[in-house]
Amino acid sequence: MKYNIQLVGVGGQGVLLASTVLGNAAVVEGLEVAMSEVHGMAQRGGSVQCSVRMGREILSPLIPMGAADLLLGFEPVETCRSLSMINKDSQIVTNTTPVVPISVSAGQDKYPAVDEVLSAIREANPNLIAMDATALAVKAGKAIAANSVLIGAISAVKGFPMSKDRMLESLLEVVPAKARDINVRAFELGYQEAKGAGL
Amino acid sequence: MDRLLANSGRLLLLGNEAIARGLIEAGVGVAATYPGTPSSEVGSILEEIAAPAGMYFEYSINEKVAVEVAGAAAASGVRSFAFMKHVGLNVASDAFMTLSYTGVRAGMVIMTADDPSCHSSQNEQDNRYYAKLGLYPMLEPSTPAEARDMLVEAYRISELLQVPVLFRTTTRVNHARGAVELHKAFTPTRRGRFEKDPQRFVPVPANARLLRVEQLKRMERALRMSEGSTLNFVTGSSRVGVVTSGVTYTYAKEWLQDVEILKLGFTNPVPEDKVRRFLEGKQRVVVLEELEPYLEDEVRRIAQQYNIYVEVLGKHTKHLPRAFEFSPDLIISLSSILKVREEKKPLPLPSIKLPSRPPVLCAGCPHRATYYAVKKAVGKDGAIYSSDIGCYTLGIQPPMQTVDYVLCMGASVGAAGGFSEATEQKVVAFIGDSTFFHAGIPPLINAAFNRHKFTLVILDNRTTAMTGHQPNPGTGREFGSVQSPPMPLEPLVRACGVEFVHTVDPYNIKDTIEVMKEAVQYDGLSVVISKHACPLLKTKEGKLVPTRYEIDQEKCVRCYTCVSRFSCPALSKEGGPVKIDATMCIGCGGCAQVCPKQAIEVVR
Ligand code: SF4
Ligand code: SF4
Repeated sequence: MKYNIQLVGVGGQGVLLASTVLGNAAVVEGLEVAMSEVHGMAQRGGSVQCSVRMGREILSPLIPMGAADLLLGFEPVETCRSLSMINKDSQIVTNTTPVVPISVSAGQDKYPAVDEVLSAIREANPNLIAMDATALAVKAGKAIAANSVLIGAISAVKGFPMSKDRMLESLLEVVPAKARDINVRAFELGYQEAKGAGL
Repeated sequence: MDRLLANSGRLLLLGNEAIARGLIEAGVGVAATYPGTPSSEVGSILEEIAAPAGMYFEYSINEKVAVEVAGAAAASGVRSFAFMKHVGLNVASDAFMTLSYTGVRAGMVIMTADDPSCHSSQNEQDNRYYAKLGLYPMLEPSTPAEARDMLVEAYRISELLQVPVLFRTTTRVNHARGAVELHKAFTPTRRGRFEKDPQRFVPVPANARLLRVEQLKRMERALRMSEGSTLNFVTGSSRVGVVTSGVTYTYAKEWLQDVEILKLGFTNPVPEDKVRRFLEGKQRVVVLEELEPYLEDEVRRIAQQYNIYVEVLGKHTKHLPRAFEFSPDLIISLSSILKVREEKKPLPLPSIKLPSRPPVLCAGCPHRATYYAVKKAVGKDGAIYSSDIGCYTLGIQPPMQTVDYVLCMGASVGAAGGFSEATEQKVVAFIGDSTFFHAGIPPLINAAFNRHKFTLVILDNRTTAMTGHQPNPGTGREFGSVQSPPMPLEPLVRACGVEFVHTVDPYNIKDTIEVMKEAVQYDGLSVVISKHACPLLKTKEGKLVPTRYEIDQEKCVRCYTCVSRFSCPALSKEGGPVKIDATMCIGCGGCAQVCPKQAIEVVR
């Protein structure tokens, strides 16, 4: 068994933290794990990618194009940009809240309508769970818990190799104790949202 | 971080965490670095765990000093580690080239963290050639777990040979993560004794000649060790062979079929006999390595020397690229010369046009305000902006475009001198505080000495930001039970022979513009220290008390000056009105100061 997860987003959104939660859970599960992360310049608000691979006979930290079983996007345009990482059978979970690059605000670039982005993704691969993770996080108590919403959501994806409890436990290990309740709620909201989407 | 001090367990570790752990298992007593991606996290970890592990750790002022500090420790019988990014070894190269003459008594390892594809660097030089140039034994790990194991082995090799070992990693090892089973930690010798031996440690010409002969003999012993090393091994069996090292091995192992792989971990000296035996009877051998044909040249040399006829494919035959890092995709694309495991077909990219997203200066970054002020002060005539290595290099993008020339650490100041002598253009140089300490002081003295005329702006954000906020002499030291006070820049700059020196707070844009105007008009060498702490650091430390700014839509005339001229990423204009993203804005007040209608106000 090999299960490949590609995480994409914008520097500062917590993509690194989410990949650590995934990796730690897999280690506890007794799986082999190889991951690749982005540190350094790209973390200043640029596009960031992380890959997490788990299973047996895993060595390479990178995922070949098309070979990701799950694409987790923290931002819709970044999700769309990374479609070549997956194939027609892969699953996609994406946050729908855009992070508008400054080049767009300054008028040098254009940010397409989020609906257009989502339908472009769906057209390429219909296995899409799209949610306003930021709004759900606000509902849970704090916007920065969007991370936990998304981690909850992928735990509900068909074929995901780890249990909901394992993921929640791994998440709670990295969140500060005082934010525990908010993150549990956020995780649960994400999980339910994805379950409801029925993929 | 405490988990790295445990005596057992299976942990998910970043390559750089595994390396830090390796130091603890090897009983390293002294470690020194200058931070540089992709090696930086090792330092951030040692800041916390070195002292409890009984190790001395320091951020040296630059890589050369780091190698000197660690070299002296190892000469005194204390195991030591000097680490840096690839270009850092250029800075350290002077010490490096002679250290392999004098050698060490206790084990010493020098890590060079290379960056194929220039993820965070100005070039992608292949530092394996430094091992050949300096006659160093070299090890190259493929994964975090292997990095830990090899590091421990590197100390054994170093002690047997009495010379430092070059430990060469790449971004995909330093920033990979994998499970590592912890072995026993080793309490280091923290203080040894330096026994004098001038014949060995003072390479005056008469001694240097003797040491040179010793050095060559040592490499012959190193060759025998490489031949017998389990770090060089063969896996699989086939008449088609692959010779590989580093992270590329992981791609080859997973995506090639029906091949025999010679995996090299001890790559200088290349185990000649092992390679010879591997080549014999092969139909075809493909050399898979990133960047330069380092192993390929060795393979060809060995085949020629032993009259082995075998087809060797690689960079010289144009089957593999020299530029940029390898990937699983690259291996899969080699199906015409090797048997590969195909993956499912990737989805085509949709035709919808997506905006690009390069990295930018953070919201509230003081560099943005400094750049804005300098451009105002310079005016329409413009200037040559000679810049340096750090977050501020991001000023290359519009609307600032205050980066016209960059080479290496400290070159902003040296090059500014050159521009000022060779052109009639105005010259403004930018350098960060940490970079100034690292390599900016000698060229500044040079400028005073030779009477160059330019303005140097020291972007003093009270930290080494880009690499993860490490301290520098300007901030003082406060870790590992060593305390030193911050070293003030102004007297230092004056002592370099500069008469015009002013310090400004870039958050006060009006005053900053005034001082910058004076500085650029000054007939001579002028230095402005633009001092304001990096807000990202303050946020990390929980010290940022954000003021909230909002746009009064009644007053705003939608001239978009703030968005287009100041370009803080917290500002956006979707359709008509300008908005401030409350989760990003840190309340620096920069946009409010550039707004011609005073439409941006503090709300809290
Ligand atoms: S990290 Fe600090 S110095 Fe770097 S861009 Fe952000 S605010 Fe500026
Ligand atoms: S005050 Fe203005 S310039 Fe400063 S961080 Fe907030 S939006 Fe950006």
